[in-house]
Amino acid sequence: MAILIDKNTRVMTQGMTGKVGQFHTINCKAYANGANCFVAGVTPNKGGQRFEDIPIYNSVAEAKAQTGATVSVIYVPPPYAAAAIDEAVAADLDLVVCITEGIPVHDMLRTRYKMQGRRTLLIGPNCPGLITPDEIKIGIMPGHIHRKGRIGVVSRSGTLTYEAVGQLTALGLGQSSCVGIGGDPINGLKHLDVMKLFNDDPETDAVIMVGEIGGTDEEECSRWIKGNMNKPVVGFIAGVTAPPGKRMGHAGAIISGGQGGAEDKLAVMEECGIHITRNPAEMGQVMQRVLKA
Amino acid sequence: MKIHEYQGKEILRQFGVPTPRGIACFSVDEAVAASQELGGAKWVVKAQIHAGGRGKGGGVKVAQSPDEVRSAAQQILGMHLITHQTGKEGQIVHRLLIEEGAQIAKEFYLGMVIDRSQQRVALLASSEGGMEIEQVAARRPEKIHTVRIDPVAGLSSSDATRVSRDIGIPEAAIPEAVTALHGLYRAFVEKDAMLAEINPLVLTADGRILALDAKFNFDSNALYRHPEIIALRDLDEEDPAEIEASKFDLSYISLDGDIGCLVNGAGLAMATMDIIKLYGGNPANFLDVGGGADKEKVTEAFKLMLRNPNLKAILVNIFGGIMKCDVIAEGVVAAAREVHLSVPLIVRLEGTNVELGKKILAESGLPIISGNDMADAAQKVVAAARGK
Repeated sequence: MAILIDKNTRVMTQGMTGKVGQFHTINCKAYANGANCFVAGVTPNKGGQRFEDIPIYNSVAEAKAQTGATVSVIYVPPPYAAAAIDEAVAADLDLVVCITEGIPVHDMLRTRYKMQGRRTLLIGPNCPGLITPDEIKIGIMPGHIHRKGRIGVVSRSGTLTYEAVGQLTALGLGQSSCVGIGGDPINGLKHLDVMKLFNDDPETDAVIMVGEIGGTDEEECSRWIKGNMNKPVVGFIAGVTAPPGKRMGHAGAIISGGQGGAEDKLAVMEECGIHITRNPAEMGQVMQRVLKA
Repeated sequence: MKIHEYQGKEILRQFGVPTPRGIACFSVDEAVAASQELGGAKWVVKAQIHAGGRGKGGGVKVAQSPDEVRSAAQQILGMHLITHQTGKEGQIVHRLLIEEGAQIAKEFYLGMVIDRSQQRVALLASSEGGMEIEQVAARRPEKIHTVRIDPVAGLSSSDATRVSRDIGIPEAAIPEAVTALHGLYRAFVEKDAMLAEINPLVLTADGRILALDAKFNFDSNALYRHPEIIALRDLDEEDPAEIEASKFDLSYISLDGDIGCLVNGAGLAMATMDIIKLYGGNPANFLDVGGGADKEKVTEAFKLMLRNPNLKAILVNIFGGIMKCDVIAEGVVAAAREVHLSVPLIVRLEGTNVELGKKILAESGLPIISGNDMADAAQKVVAAARGK
């Protein structure tokens, strides 16, 4: 079933009636099995209404009880988005995908604290979402660039993930699942968590890992790969040319306190046996070479 | 968002952290008057810029008389203060802090950061005050004591007491140090800070605890709920191009190269800079136009890049998802016409409606060079910047 989601996943959309939520709900519903997958929306005080024939409920718990949806995608504006995650966690959903960019860091610290010991997994925030090609897409990525196949993709970026996917598809290398974990400093699943899922997934043969400056997630994932991963991994890190101390668009993309530089990450990745490339135009080609070797 | 030391100390005072008495000044006469108002026989004249390393750069002077305050203020105000954080040109000093002098017995370090891998606020404390914490971490990591703080319970008194003892604060001063630690933590959380440092925190000769410096960096995503922090913004400390960019919701950072780049998405924007460098060029900027760029945004983005007198060529790299390639192509054509573009323009489009986008560019009559993929576009823009 690839990882995390497939054609049988049932999804509710928190913040479905806002402009962004409406736009992406229509697109997700139109992709592959989306019409069967997107079964509920959640907007307080709009319960009982419908959008695109999808019923709207006042709360996550109600949407879950009425439709059986176990996954949520969040387009709620930043001041309210952490509370939306909290609500989904309290309702014991399996997975929450938070697209919203711009959530205050201290809000996310409290939300992540409350998630300890709970069953719910979080992807994002500030992410494009995830897709299992030809089955379901949950998020804002362009579905048409994907092709069903056996390469996993995990990335902190949005359009740079599309770039990696586009290269794979052009070379005839389809994808099992593509997961955008987001560009925020405090987030849910990290490279390491997604890598473990790909390692255990019988439908994934190899993984592309796209990282960027800031934090030490890529290093932690690489050290795990060295001792545990039984599939090849191709890696790229964005931001070799980024100056220290400057936040490069993403809240989490900053070299600070001597940590998070791209060269350091690349060195650790290489040392841990990841097939790194310094050329973002060659992620697909490197994967092709690795698979043929 | 960063603020000045004197503003940081004002926040610390609000949260009960003891600081020296001081007055912010904008002129030499104000500085002399401030020293007289403060009284005493020793003052510190401190340049107020957002960068660290001010003392080594000559931006902090001790004065023993109002005349010495005057000459120190004359030297510092208006100077191009160069530190390891300012770059070669330095930062012009527009503001001073005049403070009463303190008799320092011992210096310590206190810091609050967001520990990304543990997903906690971390308190860092060290007996090695006055040094940069990165240097302490590199040379004497055992001298840094770390407490990861439970966001619900907050900083416990037992942790605050223990860490104060660990860094060598004498027993008599521990209650005051604990108060300072609690105040720093509350300021950090309630004001949505990403970084807070008191370096040094000092023990005075008469056994008091004082914050001699204050550095804050706030979460820009939380400023909507802190108008009092927004009011502290000092535009003199920011790059004019970055200020202009923020008005149009563009994410822009000036770099020292000569190839402008306009990209959608932060990761792809960084990767575009990287590939320019990889093929032997130098990026002039980071520029993420975001997910919803229209003609106006693209035009403003072009204007921003063209403010740079060193600019030799522009690369537009768009992977259309939400953003459709035909919409961005129309924006690029309109912007190039409006700004009378005088440098070579290379455009690489991919993704949603790519064929339509390429057609719009080709039929525009403008000398736009098309890049087939990211590598092709990067090689073309590097060649164009070299005049080939």
